[in-house]
Amino acid sequence: MDPAFLVIQGLNGLASASSLFLIASGLTLVFGVTRIVNFAHGSLTMLGAYAAALLAPLAMASLGKPLGFWTAIAVAAIAVGLLGVLIEIVLLRRIYRAPELFQLLATFALVLIIQDLVILTIGPQDVLGPRAPGLTGFVEIFGRRFPLYELFLIAVGPIVLGLLWLLLTRTRFGILVRAATQDREMVGALGVDQARLFTGTLFLGAFLAGLGGALQIPRAPANTEMDLALIAEAFVVTVIGGMGSVTGAFLAAILIGVLQAYGILIFPEITLVVVFLLMAIVLVVRPYGLLGKPEPIGAGPGAAFALTLRPWTGVENALAILGILALAAAPLLLDAYGVTVATEAVILALVAFSLHLIIGVGGLVSFGHAAWFGLGAYGAALAVKSLSIPMEAALALAPLVAGLGAALFGAFVVRLSGIYLAMLTLAVAQILYAVAFQWVEVTGGDNGIVGVWPADWASGRIVYFYLVLALAGAAILALRRIMYAPFGYALRAARDSALRAEAIGIAVRRTRWLAFALSGAAAGLAGGLWTFLKGAIDPTVLSIPVSVDALAMLLLGGAQTVIGPIVGAGLLHMMEDQTMPLTDYWRLVLGLVLLAIVLLAPRGVVGAIEALREARRDETRAAKGAPP
Amino acid sequence: MSAGTTPLLVVEGLDAAYGRARVLFDVSLEIAAGEVVALMGRNGAGKSTTLKAVLGLVPAKARRLTFLDRSIAGLAPHRIARLGLGWVPEERRIFTELTVAENLEVGRRPAPDGRAPWTPERLFALFPNLAEMRGRRADAMSGGEQQMLAIARTLMGNPSLVLLDEPSEGLAPVIVEQMADAVRAMKQEGIAVLLSEQTAAFAAAVSDRAYGLARGEIRASGTLDAVSAALAV
Repeated sequence: MDPAFLVIQGLNGLASASSLFLIASGLTLVFGVTRIVNFAHGSLTMLGAYAAALLAPLAMASLGKPLGFWTAIAVAAIAVGLLGVLIEIVLLRRIYRAPELFQLLATFALVLIIQDLVILTIGPQDVLGPRAPGLTGFVEIFGRRFPLYELFLIAVGPIVLGLLWLLLTRTRFGILVRAATQDREMVGALGVDQARLFTGTLFLGAFLAGLGGALQIPRAPANTEMDLALIAEAFVVTVIGGMGSVTGAFLAAILIGVLQAYGILIFPEITLVVVFLLMAIVLVVRPYGLLGKPEPIGAGPGAAFALTLRPWTGVENALAILGILALAAAPLLLDAYGVTVATEAVILALVAFSLHLIIGVGGLVSFGHAAWFGLGAYGAALAVKSLSIPMEAALALAPLVAGLGAALFGAFVVRLSGIYLAMLTLAVAQILYAVAFQWVEVTGGDNGIVGVWPADWASGRIVYFYLVLALAGAAILALRRIMYAPFGYALRAARDSALRAEAIGIAVRRTRWLAFALSGAAAGLAGGLWTFLKGAIDPTVLSIPVSVDALAMLLLGGAQTVIGPIVGAGLLHMMEDQTMPLTDYWRLVLGLVLLAIVLLAPRGVVGAIEALREARRDETRAAKGAPP
Repeated sequence: MSAGTTPLLVVEGLDAAYGRARVLFDVSLEIAAGEVVALMGRNGAGKSTTLKAVLGLVPAKARRLTFLDRSIAGLAPHRIARLGLGWVPEERRIFTELTVAENLEVGRRPAPDGRAPWTPERLFALFPNLAEMRGRRADAMSGGEQQMLAIARTLMGNPSLVLLDEPSEGLAPVIVEQMADAVRAMKQEGIAVLLSEQTAAFAAAVSDRAYGLARGEIRASGTLDAVSAALAV
């Protein structure tokens, strides 16, 4: 290959690395101090890009070209910084002590809300910004033209790193930030007002996100899909660099930027796979990232998600049987559309319930459950389309493929805990999403795979509903049986105290790994059933919103109870079905629902009912004068 | 009361619990300005919890909890600290990623009117070992040096009362002697100290009087000998 081309490609990688570093440095700083992984960080970058793209033409018209352009960039970054302050005061402050899953969900709710607000106010179309005055030209490097602006971006990364270093080591604010990154409580006990420190950190982090976005506009237009694409990459960078380490983020950004630049030459379709391989290798060698500290971050999902098991009472058994009967009778009561909605709800109930096994029982906060749902869906669709095997075999293959996939990735995943685990699972799902999206020859890319219909005998709506009910119901019962089996107890023991579980002879990692694979297989079955219901699939079955929907169902129902996820799946799906035709802004609604769960009903609907019952029981006891 | 007369810290009927497990039962104590009081008790008696509850770091209830005649019940820890209540935790909790000088900077707060503020220079005079390592990262320090740094860091906040949790624990005898010097120096500066201890020897060397804590309750108070004797039963 032409060496000059390789040099240019490396420079391209460095320019991307700079942008990536700006975004990731803010994320990692905010995480270090507040211990919150801000999902909305990518949205802040997106807002920075929009603000700059919209402002720059106006500012350049009134202030003159160069001054106007740079003023617009600065104003955009500062405005996003102030928005970060607002987010800290209104939302984050309420959830600092919440389990990390709630923090992720609450900030993801912001992603949804911001996305819809952008569409509502600016519109869905891309916004193209002006080019940077004075930097529109090219330089010649080894006889090839290289854009001047890219060269400027390459310089921005190290400059920002240097400025951050000065800020963190030479100012009182910076010293307090570093101290708080290590021990927030101690900093408070020494008289430092944490609220102000956190607000300041959010300003800085959001400012960097906004700056990263604003500086993008001469390269690429602002668009509504930037947020999730950027946040997934920023997650990978911070995990590889070590959560909370700015220098680590810089190194990781360079590694990834350069790797992607050259990776595209080797595997043009699956560059993200290369990035994932790097992440997997780093996490196996250094589980806390390149420069991260070996400390458990996020002790686990917390009591709010911990399933408490007790034998069902007679009433509850009766209710469960009644529920099953009601479902069985549903096709008699519903119209054709209603049957389809009910079929979807049953499939989603299996998704939520399979997630329940690893979160509620296992304490592993997976943020990428869509991976296994989607793997099952693609497995079934490809089996029918490419291998021409019948539906029955494809439905058997779906859980197998997903289970094997979950076992493969799970081997890495269960080495981690808390926030690292959540981010790795998210990254896995994003990688699979990217593969499905980019590997057009096999997956059909964006168009997906169409014409995957059930076998003739099962093609009727009602027959298919009963098939789904039978298979998903059997899978749910099997999972429930596992929860009550010694394996489920071992899993819960590992969740509550990994160390003590190890000490009494439970192979914690193997138990978790097995649970992860089982859960993946069950989600894969759901994916397979989904494929034949829809007749077609596309990469959205692997997307972040699918993972978040599953989490929302789990939490809406209440993860402390066995039945909660199923109730949650029914409720959320009904809500989605009722709301979607009425408004184009379902994401906004879902975002508000998520915020409401986190802030108002952290135990979910079934959990709230249980709490009421407990309170009544205590009252009766108190009335009888018995000790509680 | 042996030293001052005005009560600095008043704790009356303090109860604390971790979840459902109650740890403190009706703890009452008083510290006057400038006096050094020992809180004696075995491992698990509730000494650390008492200190943390005063500072608002563990959820607690009290009939009365005042510092400088102001109620501090329910205040955020940083507000309590700003009133002049310093805390040196048992685990020291030094910021190991920061240098010695930076650790001191984190603790710096303005002094109350009319008092000369603690400066790194004054603290280095008190703890000569620290002077030589001001640029060193705290994770490269010995346990004794870290204990000194923890005390110095708290003094940078110019407190009028320091809650000192097990200052002699796990330290070499030479260092323990330096800790005793430090406590005496604080007393000389007019700083009151409430120190928790398991061993009578260190407490006897520095304190004016003592309380005895067992299973979360105050069992004795008065002279150190009397308290030690009561706890030994």
